[in-house]
Amino acid sequence: MLPAAFDYKRAGSAAEAISLVSEYGDDAKFLAGGHSLLPLMKLRLAAPSVLVDIGRLTDLSYIRDAGDHIAIGALTRHMDVEKSPVLAQHVPLLAHAAGHVGDPQVRHRGTIGGSIAHADPASDLPATTLALGATYVVQGASGTREIAAKDFYKGFLESALRPDEMLTEIRVPKMNGAGWSFQKFNRRAQDWAIVGVAAWRRGSESGVGLVNMGSTPVLASSVASAIASGASVADAAQKASAEAEPQSDLNATSDYRKHLATVLVRRALEEASK
Amino acid sequence: MKISVTVNGEKRESEIEPRTLLVQYIRENLALTGTNVGCDTSSCGACSMHMNGEAVKSCTVLAAQADGCDITTIEGLAKGGKMHPMQEAFMQNHGLQCGYCTPGMVMAAISLLKENPNPTEEQVRIGLEGNLCRCTGYHNIVQSVLACAKGGN
Repeated sequence: MLPAAFDYKRAGSAAEAISLVSEYGDDAKFLAGGHSLLPLMKLRLAAPSVLVDIGRLTDLSYIRDAGDHIAIGALTRHMDVEKSPVLAQHVPLLAHAAGHVGDPQVRHRGTIGGSIAHADPASDLPATTLALGATYVVQGASGTREIAAKDFYKGFLESALRPDEMLTEIRVPKMNGAGWSFQKFNRRAQDWAIVGVAAWRRGSESGVGLVNMGSTPVLASSVASAIASGASVADAAQKASAEAEPQSDLNATSDYRKHLATVLVRRALEEASK
Repeated sequence: MKISVTVNGEKRESEIEPRTLLVQYIRENLALTGTNVGCDTSSCGACSMHMNGEAVKSCTVLAAQADGCDITTIEGLAKGGKMHPMQEAFMQNHGLQCGYCTPGMVMAAISLLKENPNPTEEQVRIGLEGNLCRCTGYHNIVQSVLACAKGGN
């Protein structure tokens, strides 16, 4: 299967990439690792007329300790997130979740920024960074701005990114020893989650993100509120779907997804509470 | 557009359409048909080859993205008429049945051992999660990879 024909432009810098995309407008898309975009293009679900390849902007591939948070360049590959000693120490939930994206071949190419900018509710890293209270840094023709993960996801594959803006950095608060868990329920190891849960807990504080439980990644705020007010893990897990409106598809009905979310949030919080 | 790719140690320069997939470039432009296309949707891993030493699914990479890169396909493994130790291990351990997934399995397995030279059986199984064998011959595939690792290769 071939994608529809397009023009290919390779950017030598973030500024050049943004200027190229501004020039071509809505018809242009950024290409990073390509592991979200190219499958859609091959199925003709996306047909941009220009691809701006940002895959060689190696200055946007880094993982740095920035004091209270870890700064991750948008073009850092899943494999590098998975194996980062800095993340293993300070944000182990994210390193672990990155190791569950696709399979090794996919993790050799796919990038954290690409996954987040693609805003697929079924992807692991959008929901995980949402649970962790991440901030995304985006650069556009008119400058740089920060967007909280909770304000970023607007609809199915839709984000707060403007057409001429590029995600450049993901800032994830350090977990400071919080317990955590990542639960991914799927049929085969490499599949998308039918339902996934990323959770952390430090005493009465917690964060729970849901994968594939609606048109966007879901922050299960009601669960965190219940934990904060002293509810048991089992009772808090009953609120798992309070913010979610899951779809029915070939793998699961909406009701089954809600059932899974309750079970998986309970398991995740039990593990994170140890 | 023009690309220059080193394939199995040989520099190749080609004029391609930007939408050309890496696997299509390798098979159709360079006539290296050892790499198979299975699902064509980055699920099955049959099209795995090495890009700068790491296994990738070449049905989900543009040839344009491989411009300037070092590519190794299954044809590039044997040296001087002698099979690569991983190929040898697959042969010795009956690691293939119909053979369709084999080139991708071998490329993924070599990449796996490069990252983890002494894997446990479970780590081999997880490490090959991106490759499907529709003969379901996984047992001997895993044994082959373990045998190759044990041989220090």
